Amino acid sequence: MAVDKEELQEFQKEVKAWFDANAPKDPGFLLPQSFMEVGTDKQFHFLRDWQREVYEAGYLGMAWPEDYGGGGKPQPFQDIVNREMAKRSLPFMVNIIGLSWAGPLILNMGTEAQKRAYIKNILSAEDIWCQGFSEPDHGSDLANAQLRAKKTGDHYLLNGSKIWTTLAHVAKYMILLARTDSQTNTKYEGLSFFLAPMDAPGIEIAPIRKLTGEYGFNQVFFADSPLPADCLMGEEGEGWMVAVKTLQFERGAEGGQAGGTSMVRTSVGEVVALARTVKRGGRPAIEDAHIRDQLVRFLMEEKGMRLNGARAKIKPLASERPGSLLMSVKLLESEFQRRLGAFALSLQGMNAAYYMGDPEAADRGRWQRGLFNAFSATIGGGTSEIQKNIIGERVLGLPKS
Amino acid sequence: MSLVGESSAWKIAFSEEQAQLLEVAAAFCREKSPIEKVRALMTEEKGFDKSLWDEIASLGWLGVAAPESYGGSGLSLAEAIVLAEPMGRRLFASPFFTTTLAAQMLIRAGTETQKKRWLPKICEGTIATLALHEPHGDWDLTNITARAEEREGGLRLVGEKRFVLDAAAAEMILVSVLHKDAPACVIVEKAALPKAALSRETVIDETKRSYRLKLDGITADCQSLLSAEKMTDALHHVHLAAILLLSAEMCGGLSGALDLTVEYLNTRRQFDRFIGSYQALKHPTVDMLTGWDMARSHLYYAASLFGKMAAADDAEAAVRMAKASASDAFAFGSDRCIQFHGGMGFTYECDAQLYRRRALWGEYMHGDSAWHRARLADILLK
Ligand SMILES: Cc1cc2nc3c(=O)[nH]c(=O)nc-3n(C[C@H](O)[C@H](O)[C@H](O)COP(=O)(O)OP(=O)(O)OC[C@H]3O[C@@H](n4cnc5c(N)ncnc54)[C@H](O)[C@@H]3O)c2cc1C
Repeated sequence: MAVDKEELQEFQKEVKAWFDANAPKDPGFLLPQSFMEVGTDKQFHFLRDWQREVYEAGYLGMAWPEDYGGGGKPQPFQDIVNREMAKRSLPFMVNIIGLSWAGPLILNMGTEAQKRAYIKNILSAEDIWCQGFSEPDHGSDLANAQLRAKKTGDHYLLNGSKIWTTLAHVAKYMILLARTDSQTNTKYEGLSFFLAPMDAPGIEIAPIRKLTGEYGFNQVFFADSPLPADCLMGEEGEGWMVAVKTLQFERGAEGGQAGGTSMVRTSVGEVVALARTVKRGGRPAIEDAHIRDQLVRFLMEEKGMRLNGARAKIKPLASERPGSLLMSVKLLESEFQRRLGAFALSLQGMNAAYYMGDPEAADRGRWQRGLFNAFSATIGGGTSEIQKNIIGERVLGLPKS
Repeated sequence: MSLVGESSAWKIAFSEEQAQLLEVAAAFCREKSPIEKVRALMTEEKGFDKSLWDEIASLGWLGVAAPESYGGSGLSLAEAIVLAEPMGRRLFASPFFTTTLAAQMLIRAGTETQKKRWLPKICEGTIATLALHEPHGDWDLTNITARAEEREGGLRLVGEKRFVLDAAAAEMILVSVLHKDAPACVIVEKAALPKAALSRETVIDETKRSYRLKLDGITADCQSLLSAEKMTDALHHVHLAAILLLSAEMCGGLSGALDLTVEYLNTRRQFDRFIGSYQALKHPTVDMLTGWDMARSHLYYAASLFGKMAAADDAEAAVRMAKASASDAFAFGSDRCIQFHGGMGFTYECDAQLYRRRALWGEYMHGDSAWHRARLADILLK
């Protein structure tokens, strides 16, 4: 679809004006910085309302088909919205698992009925989605998932447990990887992929307290929970292939996401601002040569990651060692945020030892919380170590570990 | 972790011409500069292959960044970058870096007569170089102690210059001096060099040819001074151009070191496994890759700002970032390249040392990364 440049510019103006007028105000409590940190009802409702508002304004799923609730427009329109949201550090889209991985997956390989049933409510945040991949005994080794799905008549019976399940406590559906056959040659066979309703009998959800002291993820137990057979996505026994596809959407290696941000990143600019306010030996920390050096390192890295994104779009500059720019996004961003978080704390000197809840904690303790929560991204979605294995093997062609 | 859709508004400009040049240069350097050739040239006094130099000249590579009116192709330094990167990758030895820089100096501060006389020749293959560095070793090019004194209607040069690259092969040298207490630059032609004015330096990168230049006894006429009022700007420009070219050379070099490392990790076996299957080697090798990616993104961004309409501060920041990022990444990559070759890596025969030496060379020419970061702090953290 050809896109008119002027139309885009016009649209950008409209978008800016809309966000100027409608950006949510400070709710008076600490909002989570990513979808993996939604711990209280207050936070959840605030974020869900915000997503609905963005959708109803026409700014979400703009490139998804109109038939299913999308906007039917070319992708560049959504890109403009995404950029504007990121630039303003607006609250993220709480249903991102639906928007960025379940949704694209359903549009990509779901049946007509599935598309009609799920897509619109993903966009409006009416139905929250969660992801049941990890299990207590199998995390990085995802293909070893053992939760059983046994076919009986027109149902599957689920038995077992999923863990670290973000948003399960508010989710209507789960994308679920389960074992339908345990007598296979390899672990990759015998898995099946389901779009599972969370209100089935026999499902129990136990919130798990995070290292910050808050909540956000859960353990989900299945005891003889019946699952209608038409919840199957793809063919029975070919769930691994579907899971890999899902991970590609999740990691951004494949496009088709509805849009919106998944997290509010800490920018180096914010840390620079912090360095101007906190003191070192009576002087603003930003005057300290060592601190300046580190700030510049972070600025360079932050910029380098954005420029990686820009270079990935230029074919002749991205054709050597293909895939490396896209495949390393998650690794680089998440590790960067973790290190930046620790640095931001170090700027506060002794006061870094305050924590959320104490009136003396800088910015209500967001830096302390941010440092801990940064691990959500270095661990969740495949750990940094696993990312390095994948990049080493797929991009550099190194032998398997 | 979906990070899609959060791409930046920063754009890298890359033209069709650049793409073509990059492809041609990559193939040229791969073919003409295999590692055996690099090593053979290292042992020769001259240090480069004159016939390849002539080829480069006939391909028009010496004039890409020179105006058409002086025999160039009227493109910019961004095009020289796509040549320098593949050269760095194959450790291709030639006076390309110095000749390109000398041309930049002339374009920036040469008088009309000087430009007319020298630029067309340079575009056709005349080798030129710059003598900008001094015994104090300062990276600030305006810290000049060499002098040009007026004598008998002409100029008499006093002092000493260091790290004058490719000087023995050069037809002319642009020497920075103080003239009437202000920074100036004098064109010194080969014929004006007294015997023994040049002596070869032993430098860490054996593919480079570097000389000490004794200025005492060199005379020149006043017409050989570059335009005085443009000097400060020209020195700054040449400094940034040098950094940009070095960044390109280092990005290329790192890519070569990465290839060498990966190849060894995929062929060497210990404990009945390919050593590349050990994560203690695999993961740092991925760090090399991401370091290369990042440095390269900085490089091409800096190239697209350089000499364009971009604000001076933005362009300067981008170029310094490119240098700091490339030299850190190359330092790490070439260091690991040695370590991951085991005992083999400790040998002169192993090519890892060539990359390590090149990385050190690139790092310590025109400012190391800490020095550039200090400059960046002044720009970015006002
Ligand atoms: C905040 C958060 C939210 C999450 N949300 C979800 C969710 O919604 N749905 C879901 O399904 N999962 C979720 N996860 C789970 C996440 O995907 C797993 O925690 C992750 O894949 C790691 O698995 P594990 O916890 O079993 O750790 P393990 O696999 O046991 O790993 C332990 C350590 O060993 C390392 N390791 C393991 N294997 C290798 C190897 N081959 N090579 C090198 N190192 C290795 C790991 O990197 C890690 O450092 C979430 C996790 C977090 C932290």
